[in-house]
Amino acid sequence: MADGFEPRLTAFVCNWCTYAGADLTGTSRIRYAPNVRIIRFPCTGRIDFMLILKAFEQGADGVIVSGCHPGDCHYTAGNYHARRRWMVFRRLLDFVGIDVERVQFAWVSAAEGAKWAQLVNEVTEKIRALGPLEEFRRLPMPGVQPIEVM
Amino acid sequence: MEALRAKARELLESRTVQVVVGHEQGSVPGRPRPVFVRKIEDVDRLVAGEGGTINLAVYLLKPEVQALGRPALVADPAALRTVLQLASENQIRDGALVALALDDGRLTELKDLAAIEAFVAERPAGLPAEDQQRIAEIEAMSREDRWTWWLEQFSRCLKCYACRAACPMCYCPRCVVECNQPQWVPAAAHPRGNLEWHLCRAMHLAGRCVGCGACARACPVGIPLDLLTQVLARQIEADFGVRAGTRAKADYVLASFRTTDKEDFIR
Repeated sequence: MADGFEPRLTAFVCNWCTYAGADLTGTSRIRYAPNVRIIRFPCTGRIDFMLILKAFEQGADGVIVSGCHPGDCHYTAGNYHARRRWMVFRRLLDFVGIDVERVQFAWVSAAEGAKWAQLVNEVTEKIRALGPLEEFRRLPMPGVQPIEVM
Repeated sequence: MEALRAKARELLESRTVQVVVGHEQGSVPGRPRPVFVRKIEDVDRLVAGEGGTINLAVYLLKPEVQALGRPALVADPAALRTVLQLASENQIRDGALVALALDDGRLTELKDLAAIEAFVAERPAGLPAEDQQRIAEIEAMSREDRWTWWLEQFSRCLKCYACRAACPMCYCPRCVVECNQPQWVPAAAHPRGNLEWHLCRAMHLAGRCVGCGACARACPVGIPLDLLTQVLARQIEADFGVRAGTRAKADYVLASFRTTDKEDFIR
């Protein structure tokens, strides 16, 4: 089943830390898994739980959510608010039976280019082991056939 | 019941309130329905409201009810918790209503939020044993079984939004499901949109749900959707030490934080 399976990851990252950190990964010429699509947000506090659901719905096999370390938020407290929300959201996902391993949270600062590369590599391997997320894609929409994954 | 009618008559006669929100006998025995008593001669329609499915506090924020004037709310402990939570969200001013608390058939008049707080504090809301057991049963399933079980439940959803209408905490003048630019939750009832609606609803009520269970009682297809909010309420109490509907002045738990919040999943 997992033959030829390449995980598709969506990363929701904050503008000030992780996005700059991912930039540093590139300028440092560190190679990492090309499976990730990065979406930049002003702050982790902006990352609504619905966006994570929509990412799964539109074909992501895993989601990375990352921002500034606690205490380093550009807007002072956005990441603290986000942390509380994720704690609650993870509980809900688990209760309805969505694999919480598919949403990975991390703090990556603008100086941690190497950590970003390691994070993406690790999550890619983890999702590769879990296989494609078909649970969401199999849910039918009116007038739309479920996507057949090779 | 006589004490309730006498108190309602007294409040209307003295013009302390203009309307008494309570229950009257419905067309089905044992299923009382809401009534808005504005005239003294209608006071005798009030009944104690056992078997009622509606959390009467849901009417407090309706413009058409607010237009009737200052209300007296015939309230069970769950409705009183709702009043406190609405007050903490700045939706109800202190002294904006008189609560006629009914608990075990005894009537207590509560004139302000402090009195309601004290009354509620003596009757802490735990999770009903029945709900605890159902949550434990769901948690004991494997993850795949939980997913299948919930999908099966959600597959019956008609998107009638009766749960939203019954919920006193769902008072946004424009709900996220009515937004179509972008359309966060698809309008039609199909598995994907149903899942999104129920997760969305649970998250928007996280830390706000007072556990009255009106949503599940309102559901025409019997989805136990109060379990979603109950399980989050329990988690929030364990993690952050906050329970909705206990204090009239409180920060919303997901709009506040402590730097010492403990999690074990962020790397």
